[in-house]
Amino acid sequence: MNLLEIKNLKMDFGKNAEALRAIDDVSLTIGAGETVCLVGESGCGKTVTALSIARLVPTPPANYVGGEILLNGQDILKMPNGELRNIRGGVVSYVFQEPGAALNPVFRVGNQIKESLKLHKPEKATNEEVIRLLKLVGIPAPESRIRNYPFEMSGGMQQRVMIAMALASEPKLLVADEPTTALDVTIQAQILELLHELKQRLGMAILLITHNLGIVGDMADRVAVMYAGQIVELAPVKELLRQPLHPYTKALMASVPKLRGDADRLSAIPGNVPRIGNFPAGCRFAPRCPMAKPECSEKVPELVEVEAGRWVRCPFWKTS
Amino acid sequence: METAEPISIAEAKFTLSPGQLFWQRLKRRKIAVAGGVILIFLYAVALTAGFVAPFYYDHLNTDYSFHPPLWPRLSGFHLIVPRTEAQADGFVYHELPNDTKPLHFFVCGDKYKLFGFIPASIHLFGTGDSNYPVYLLGADQFGRDVFSRILYGSQISLSIGIIGIALSFAFGMIIGGISGYFAGSTDTVIMRLCELIMSIPALYLIISLRAAFPPGMSSSEIYAMIVVILSFIGWASMARVIRGMTLSLREQQFVLAARALGQSHLKIICRHILPNTFSYVIVAATLSVPYYILGEVVLSFLGVGIQEPQASWGNMLSAAEDVQYLQNYPWLLAPSAAIFVTVLAFNFLGDGLRDAADTKSL
Repeated sequence: MNLLEIKNLKMDFGKNAEALRAIDDVSLTIGAGETVCLVGESGCGKTVTALSIARLVPTPPANYVGGEILLNGQDILKMPNGELRNIRGGVVSYVFQEPGAALNPVFRVGNQIKESLKLHKPEKATNEEVIRLLKLVGIPAPESRIRNYPFEMSGGMQQRVMIAMALASEPKLLVADEPTTALDVTIQAQILELLHELKQRLGMAILLITHNLGIVGDMADRVAVMYAGQIVELAPVKELLRQPLHPYTKALMASVPKLRGDADRLSAIPGNVPRIGNFPAGCRFAPRCPMAKPECSEKVPELVEVEAGRWVRCPFWKTS
Repeated sequence: METAEPISIAEAKFTLSPGQLFWQRLKRRKIAVAGGVILIFLYAVALTAGFVAPFYYDHLNTDYSFHPPLWPRLSGFHLIVPRTEAQADGFVYHELPNDTKPLHFFVCGDKYKLFGFIPASIHLFGTGDSNYPVYLLGADQFGRDVFSRILYGSQISLSIGIIGIALSFAFGMIIGGISGYFAGSTDTVIMRLCELIMSIPALYLIISLRAAFPPGMSSSEIYAMIVVILSFIGWASMARVIRGMTLSLREQQFVLAARALGQSHLKIICRHILPNTFSYVIVAATLSVPYYILGEVVLSFLGVGIQEPQASWGNMLSAAEDVQYLQNYPWLLAPSAAIFVTVLAFNFLGDGLRDAADTKSL
């Protein structure tokens, strides 16, 4: 059994006539110890999908209209709030994009990590354990660092503290929502290296949200590409990077700048992700798709398994 | 040429905690420091009022009604207190020649309870003989020492502000936090309630609430009642401000992070959101203490607050409401000077705190 199974998840913002579909028929599985990357442009539903795993999107305005989320065999969407609090931070932990904003500015970092321990491992809520965690995430001189306030640390340090907080309860799944977007490139590499190493050591699964395809190649076992609330391609990382099948994935990869060769202008995908509630009929990528055919804007394409483990939401994946 | 002092590792502290920053900035504001020192002094005196005051607050001496202020004077190396006697017509006093007593320190006098529970009878100064009273600020119509009564009154006036603030702010913060955090219909209901309370003119509310309490209460019951009434009015405005701050704080990522850790709503409000409002709350509290002190003064002045013979600054002033008294015995206004100094000190301190509290804008 998989650690996480999201089946045909549908979520609206708002109700009835004003309902805007933010997640449309998303299915995703993560096995124990697996790293899955969720890739896509801003505003295509990556973060709400990830937050839904622990039902962290406030309802209302969110409204789950279909599908189910099975985490560790338990149905998250039907779970009472009290139990859900044990899942949050206990089974699934989160690391957010901006570590500076995700740490409470008025508390010492040691106490914030201890809070996480108190909630899920009350018997281990000691300074020694906090120091051990800080050591684990590679913070030098952790004995003195536990008395720091968040603003006394650099962004990379803050993110390490966030990771230490997330790891405190030894979760089975770590959701990292663009953990390196707010950091500079060298720190980015360090943090990713750390996540990779911790995963090997602790054996947890990681759901990594990113829009950086460079990260995907380093970290992921499998990749899910999201566009406008739908998964458009799902494949093992090597196959996907070697031969993307969906036009959107291809366009994404083409827009990564290349260091070698006589690079021409950087290719960009024309236009923007359609706004929620304003999705085009038929294939949602059709208006920006270079290979779009007239029939593309008539029927919504299905996500079909074209090879073992490879799913694509484009009927013309062979020709395109 | 000057050479820079080498800085040792221990001294090289690059960043200060928010608390240290706060102190550093507060210390630079001299008026605020002065306000703080005055307040510390006032509270210290209020705490030891029985010891500092030469008389107990209800020590009557009808021979000395409306006695003007009488200071001990220097004679050789001794401070002496003359004996005075009323002239036949009215409250005019003259000294009896060659009838003095030396002023002593740590002298035995009226019985009182230090800090409210230690029985004692030692006073800081006095003559030890009630026929030679020391009236630093004169006496009222019953010959009670105004200075002693101001000190005893300060116990009520100064504590009522602190306790009232503690009550109304605790209440206002939790209600405001809940209102802002849950938003939606909870918020609407709570805010309309706040507006309802704030829309009633405070003084009428106070008086009608006072009327709702039974007459003939003991002074400690009246004290508790005043605190409750003032807090009941005060929490609403606090709740509104905290609610507004919570509305913005709840969108912060650290609140989401706390939820993602599995923290409960109440703990998120109390541990994560409300501490972020403290820099505002401390300032607002300091600046609101005067309202509570003045509230007590108003109630006691109107005769619905602290009752005689208990002393409070308000009911002492109500003795001075007669214009004729004021003209002839202006020292009865002394409590207003005490109110003035206290309120001003709180405002100076509060202003300094406000400037210092903004530690994030360096």
